[in-house]
Amino acid sequence: MAERALLATRKGLFELTRGAAGWQLGAPHFPGDPVSAVLHDARDGATYAALNLGHFGAKLHRREAGSEGWTEVAVPVYPPKPEGSDDKTDWTLKQIWTLAAGGADQPGVLWAGTLPGGLFRSDDRGVSWQLVESLWQVDGRAEWFGGGYDVPGIHSIFVDPRDSRRVLVAVSCGGVWQTGDGGATWQLRTKGMQARYMPPELAEQGAAQDPHRVVGCAGQPDVLWCQHHSGIWVSTDNAATWEEVAAPLSTFGFAVAVHPRDAATAWFVPAVADQQRVPVAAALAVNRTRDGGATFETLRQGLPQQHCYDLVYRHALAVDDDGTTLLMGSTTGSVWLSSNAGDDWQEVNAHLPPVYAAIFTKTD
Amino acid sequence: MAQIIFTQQLARFLPVPQLATQAPTLRAALDGIFATNGRLAGYVLDDQGRLRENVVIFIDGQRTRERARLDDPLRSDSTIHILQALSGG
Repeated sequence: MAERALLATRKGLFELTRGAAGWQLGAPHFPGDPVSAVLHDARDGATYAALNLGHFGAKLHRREAGSEGWTEVAVPVYPPKPEGSDDKTDWTLKQIWTLAAGGADQPGVLWAGTLPGGLFRSDDRGVSWQLVESLWQVDGRAEWFGGGYDVPGIHSIFVDPRDSRRVLVAVSCGGVWQTGDGGATWQLRTKGMQARYMPPELAEQGAAQDPHRVVGCAGQPDVLWCQHHSGIWVSTDNAATWEEVAAPLSTFGFAVAVHPRDAATAWFVPAVADQQRVPVAAALAVNRTRDGGATFETLRQGLPQQHCYDLVYRHALAVDDDGTTLLMGSTTGSVWLSSNAGDDWQEVNAHLPPVYAAIFTKTD
Repeated sequence: MAQIIFTQQLARFLPVPQLATQAPTLRAALDGIFATNGRLAGYVLDDQGRLRENVVIFIDGQRTRERARLDDPLRSDSTIHILQALSGG
């Protein structure tokens, strides 16, 4: 059971600590600075915080296990754009959108998903980074387009716990890609997805898919859940095929979390639709399935049920390793916790900056 | 010697030098500073070596307009201010 949690927000990284009186909110790290991504590396206990300074660019800081201090490490840097390149993309780091730890057999390996679409790997805990050229140069990258931001970005990275060479990444907008050889080659994995915002003849095009978020079940890694721009999809065959799932209220949203061992259990936070990104009927709800998407329960206890316009963004819904403690934060700065898998929620704070990401961390 | 003055806003993040230079251009001056202060380069320039979108440079009271080559000439008594722009805040 986690004793700490972290909230990456528009104006700092806030830490929650579990004590005798419940979860307590502490003063922020990096007060005033946008924190775009946060990672707790269970292999060595280190925590990483990616900043997105408005003037001075993206930065990355590391906190060692047991330490209260942060050290700035390197950020991914795009290589010089070749002279005469017809690539319209600006080869400059705009933001670190997600961070992931490599496998248990890869100490020091980190992955970073970035805007404008580059995947980077570090072999030395963020001291240096290398662009994964095989994905950056993959056929069709020129067709990727912005989803959520003006430029494409990688927001989801899932390293298969059974084989660290198998890594899946999701791109808005550029589809879902998977490597089985540590990043040497990549395959599109979007069979079954539908991009309904495209002309009908292009709706099944792989790189046109906008997976808002993809998560994998650590205990059953063949099962992956996707909250897509056009609905909810689940794969039970390691992304070879995807099946669309119906859910109550709405299947539009950004966040998805999956139980760490029971792959049939997943949570979503529905919003009306892409043209109206607020809770249905201004009442916040969480949809939970416990049977792989065949049925859902809509959970509302403890969540605001009137005049609520909170949107839970793609990284801002977290489930602890215990499978029952949930944390979510909204773009209007509200934060809720549940200790019973979403049946009941408690408000932690309703006055934080916009929440970009939430994670649980183990006790250092 | 031309004087280069960095915004103290940067001091929140890293040591900020106040330097004198005999370099003939802004680019040469910056190259000289960043050769021994690599981390500072990442706060002022982007991945392609251009001035960051929300950083501005004034040379003797004139805002520089060329953001990629940064080849503005410097006089021996120039004063260069490297500041955060009002945009980006």
